[in-house]
Amino acid sequence: MSSLTREEVEKVSLLARLRLSDDELTKMTEQMSQIVSYVELLNEVNTEDVEPMAHAVEQFNVFAEDEPHQSLPRDAALSNAPKRDDECFRVPAVLGD
Amino acid sequence: MALYEASATQLLSQLEAGEVTSVEVTQACLDQIRQHDGEVGAFLQVMDEKALAAAAEVDRKRKAGEPLGALAGVPVAVKDLLCTEGEVTTCASKMLKNFVPPYSSTVIKKLEAADAIILGKTNMDEFAMGGSTENSALGTTRNPWNTKLVPGGSSGGAAACLAARMVPLSIGTDTGGSIRQPASFCGVVGLKPTYGRVSRFGLIAFASSLDQIGPMARTAEDTALFLEAISGYDPSDSTSANVACPLFSKTVDKPLEGLRIGLVKEHFGDGLHKEVEGAVREAVKVYESLGATVTDISLPHNKYGIATYYIIAPSEASSNLARFDGAHYGHRCDEASMLEDLQKEKEALEAAGDELGLKKMDTPLIRMYRQSRAEGFGPEVKRRIMLGTYTLSAGYYDAYYLKALKVRRLIRDDYDKVFKSVDVIVGPTAPNPAFAAGSKTSNPLAMYLEDLYTVTANLAGIPAISIPCGTTADGLPIGLQMQAPALEEDRLLRAAYMYQKETDWHTKSPAM
Repeated sequence: MSSLTREEVEKVSLLARLRLSDDELTKMTEQMSQIVSYVELLNEVNTEDVEPMAHAVEQFNVFAEDEPHQSLPRDAALSNAPKRDDECFRVPAVLGD
Repeated sequence: MALYEASATQLLSQLEAGEVTSVEVTQACLDQIRQHDGEVGAFLQVMDEKALAAAAEVDRKRKAGEPLGALAGVPVAVKDLLCTEGEVTTCASKMLKNFVPPYSSTVIKKLEAADAIILGKTNMDEFAMGGSTENSALGTTRNPWNTKLVPGGSSGGAAACLAARMVPLSIGTDTGGSIRQPASFCGVVGLKPTYGRVSRFGLIAFASSLDQIGPMARTAEDTALFLEAISGYDPSDSTSANVACPLFSKTVDKPLEGLRIGLVKEHFGDGLHKEVEGAVREAVKVYESLGATVTDISLPHNKYGIATYYIIAPSEASSNLARFDGAHYGHRCDEASMLEDLQKEKEALEAAGDELGLKKMDTPLIRMYRQSRAEGFGPEVKRRIMLGTYTLSAGYYDAYYLKALKVRRLIRDDYDKVFKSVDVIVGPTAPNPAFAAGSKTSNPLAMYLEDLYTVTANLAGIPAISIPCGTTADGLPIGLQMQAPALEEDRLLRAAYMYQKETDWHTKSPAM
């Protein structure tokens, strides 16, 4: 049975772009270990030569006609931005400090 | 019968006959909401004025003899994860508490085109993750049959408002049972259509290969009418099924001759509530009395459904919810205090001479993402994002995600085999009736295991319906689930209609 370490869970929290408090990390480690142990039930299934099924309906490329059309106007697209200027979303500086 | 108790089909005939106006019907529903929603909490938002204005416009059109849509003047509730232009759409999350979509989902547009009256937006588990609506960050919904109990979830508000006779039609969504389980807990009808039957454009995504929007109502007839209004191919959703949409409302009252029912052996094992089992077996007898034949069948990979689902759904969720980054829309942390905290952390690490710690420190942008998401998401959403990120991460992808996709095919193959010899699979929707609020919140895995009968239809992409088929000694509703092959919603609706013609469980309403 698999058990996740606190360090692993902390690493996943960075990948997931989530900041977890110490208490949350403790609880998350315990609960994720429990759930991951449960899903390992799948190990008993023989899946040799089984094609993975990503979608309920087998999907093929769906092409749209190459016709220009109106997209969402910029102002509408920016209308929910937590921070913006006239043209762009604003975020904290990415480079340097 | 009071207007708020009437079915959509009854209301339409009264409206067409000029016996009532849409304004009267809408007002009756709004009054019912005002009177009882304090206790039930089905709605996050009620759009009184807009609804009454829309109703008045339908009345005017009807009087003027102008063409009208299929649901003209009938009030409808919508689960609060369908983008509605100009109206706050929250997903019951702090993340989207103030989100006003700049466009409407296809289903909302179809409801508008059908001249339905959108009354309000219903409560749900945050981002549709949960089975009790207790994961809503914005409100508490209780079961109208007993307000100490949960309504089920994630479409808990959608089911509760139907049971409480606040509205005749209600839109839900179902990723692993989120329409059927609350329908079962609240004693109403809920249909999860075939994957692709209803456009997902403008639906805030949870797990894209499993999510499906569907109709909830109190009768099979209404469900058929409602499904017909929201179905159809949509070029804006590349996964929507490009097939003709049957006129479900025209065939729903035609009984199925020689119906072949399959009973899944594995569904009647340990963990199934005795009274639920009893009600389901009684319902099967009703079908037998109508000429149906019953065979025992086996779906050997069904028992892996939960494990498969709780790898695939969180994996897809972790990817879908990456869009909530505090930059484009949704909640963003307070930047000044975030930068201040970072500076303090940096100084502390420098003072301690912790080189490694300094190297590992978040940049301001990464911290903005992490802090915003930490504040915006509730515990269940975080748990699923974490699980999905883990099962998709380097070194674990093959062992978890890919493995689950393979078992998913085996689950589907089981169905394909069984549907060669039976027309519908009948069984319980949920192993138990509605449970007490707070009784399962501390154990996520126990909550997940409640989905065992419903998740496999989503994994296989097939349609499934839940209809009321009895009550427990305590007077709580019990749901009967029926599953059919892809694109055979018509069969489910007709089977449901046959049953409702013989029984009166669907007419029972809670004492309010």
